[in-house]
Amino acid sequence: MAQTAQALADLTEISSQIESAVAFDREGTVVAATVDDDRAGRLASTALELLEAAEKQGAEGKELAQLDVALQDGSVFVVRDGDRLIVATTSPEPTAGLVFYDLKSALRGLGTEPRAKPKRAPAKRAPARKKKDAGT
Amino acid sequence: MRGRNFLTGFLLAAGSAVGTVLYRRRAARRRERVQLYFGDGSMVSLTEGSPEAERLLGRARELLAASRV
Repeated sequence: MAQTAQALADLTEISSQIESAVAFDREGTVVAATVDDDRAGRLASTALELLEAAEKQGAEGKELAQLDVALQDGSVFVVRDGDRLIVATTSPEPTAGLVFYDLKSALRGLGTEPRAKPKRAPAKRAPARKKKDAGT
Repeated sequence: MRGRNFLTGFLLAAGSAVGTVLYRRRAARRRERVQLYFGDGSMVSLTEGSPEAERLLGRARELLAASRV
């Protein structure tokens, strides 16, 4: 969790336009956030509602990959990568392409976190070959 | 004298045309809108005024407000 939080902290540091970001899954479980837990939960659930409403705008079977909503006071971005999602809010008139790029990178970074390496079973030794008798 | 008047008129007309284009561009950028990008590469853009856009804009406003409380 500490590494995921760090990934989002880096995101807000790299992109000055991003004010807050929350990474979550399709069930609304927060994975990492730049805001407190209470606000992160609220943002994740509202983002899921936004995503569900947005999905209805596309043809059936089409999967929504990302969306951006430009408002007078700022913008909202949602990016999906499989079951993982990230929502971010920005200042007004952000550079959308740049924000999408940063969010995708962060999401990919969260997905490729180093996991505990599975312990490898010791290699079994092949039974020693019997030397063929020279005479046979 | 006539040439100067023509030049002044031309510059005024050109200046106001450029100003109008810039103003319209800025106004268009400030308009509230939703852009949806689908996995197959297609994109849907909804501008304020349509019922579909209003529903999404409402949710986004809620989200933005919640992030700044």
